[in-house]
Amino acid sequence: MNGIIEIGVAQLLAAYVFLVILLAITRRQGIGREKEILLSSLRMTIQLIIMGYVLVYIFHVNHFLLSIGILVFMEYFAIRNIYSRIKIKINQRLRRVITLSMLFGTTLTIIYFLLIVIGLKPWYETRYFIPIAGMIIGNSMTGISLGAERLIDGIKSRKEMVEGALMLGATPERATKTIVNDAFTAAIIPTINSMVGMGIVFLPGMMTGQILSGVSPLTAIEYQIAIMLGILGSVSLTVFAMVQLGYKTFFNERSQLEHGEL
Amino acid sequence: MFLLSDVTFKNIINIEKLRIPRNKITCIVGESGSGKTTLLKLLNHLISCDSGEIWCQGKNLKEIDPVLLRREVVMLSQAPLIFPGTLKDNLLIGLDFSEKKPVEDKELFELLKSVKLDKDLSANVSEFSGGEKQRLALCRIMLMEPEVFLLDEPSSALDDETEELIIEKMVSFTKKKNKTLVIVTHSKRIAQTHGELTVTMDKGKIIQVEEAVK
Repeated sequence: MNGIIEIGVAQLLAAYVFLVILLAITRRQGIGREKEILLSSLRMTIQLIIMGYVLVYIFHVNHFLLSIGILVFMEYFAIRNIYSRIKIKINQRLRRVITLSMLFGTTLTIIYFLLIVIGLKPWYETRYFIPIAGMIIGNSMTGISLGAERLIDGIKSRKEMVEGALMLGATPERATKTIVNDAFTAAIIPTINSMVGMGIVFLPGMMTGQILSGVSPLTAIEYQIAIMLGILGSVSLTVFAMVQLGYKTFFNERSQLEHGEL
Repeated sequence: MFLLSDVTFKNIINIEKLRIPRNKITCIVGESGSGKTTLLKLLNHLISCDSGEIWCQGKNLKEIDPVLLRREVVMLSQAPLIFPGTLKDNLLIGLDFSEKKPVEDKELFELLKSVKLDKDLSANVSEFSGGEKQRLALCRIMLMEPEVFLLDEPSSALDDETEELIIEKMVSFTKKKNKTLVIVTHSKRIAQTHGELTVTMDKGKIIQVEEAVK
């Protein structure tokens, strides 16, 4: 069988049965989240419909400015999302570091991935460019949020230890080494864990999509392996840049801990 | 060793003039909240003064590399700092921080014995009592052999007998190695017995400087 079975509107509506089941359960149990669930489902439906039309248009036009424009748009929202995800105070300098690390790490990975790994021609082919950039940016966003939160929290909660190390003549780099390493590890662990279960516990979304649309599973896994490595690379690069520059934002030029930045 | 002139820090410190001599034992006494710890932090350059100047051996603190300064002007905080790892790791971490060569186990044993800390080098430090941690922290900085020791209430977690032993040890170590020792203390007795210079602070000001007649 080649190609994909088209889902008609009626069939799609039939899928909403799952939502009805959830609503029934929450109502019966008095959980009281019906409004939230309905709203989320509605948002998901509308956003995806819009996205579907937008993508049809974008793939059709296939202009390099569109690819770049969407890349900028995705980066902007990813960075904003990082700020809102981190529930503790982020100092101004660290905000700049987060932005720079995200832009640097993801862009570098996307360029390498599209040009070297996939050998995309033309380089801006929207059908590849957008979903791949999306996956790389999305995963890096999660990584950097985790890493930054760990970094801030680590320096805050181990302030005495950091100052104690400084008192004994440690450089800020040495004084925060454990915290920086912890933050880096915390940020890349989810990516590493997801690789462990891949193909056994779950079939990743991109691969599933490709298989459903008629691509050979062997091609699909090639893409999946490549994108997983790309994600790993991007998460590592962005988080490494962030923690390596980030710890410095808590110190002044006299190697003193800036209590105001905590 | 140090010279302070018109030094202020927030509304905690306001020192017109203070000279801390080299190769001497200086004790800083005063009520809690009088700015003693803040003064030590200023000397260790963990904080910078808002106005005024601090000189260390004729050099303005602002012009000295802060990290290199702290390797020669080492400060011991009141609450002893414990890092993850064994007793040996904890002893050697000061040398590691200041990028100095680690010492042989034999030397560590001798040092531990001299402060009556009879423990195995592989001992788990997190199980130590407050007094034991304090003695470990003292050994850690003695290994570093800096020019200046700044001790913030080094004996607060110790009983009288151990306190006397530790201070005695620090004083003789300082004298033997020709170093400078500055001790912040609550104890008038320590100041009277060991202080060659006793500086009394009150509300951030120096209210008395007394030189011991020997």
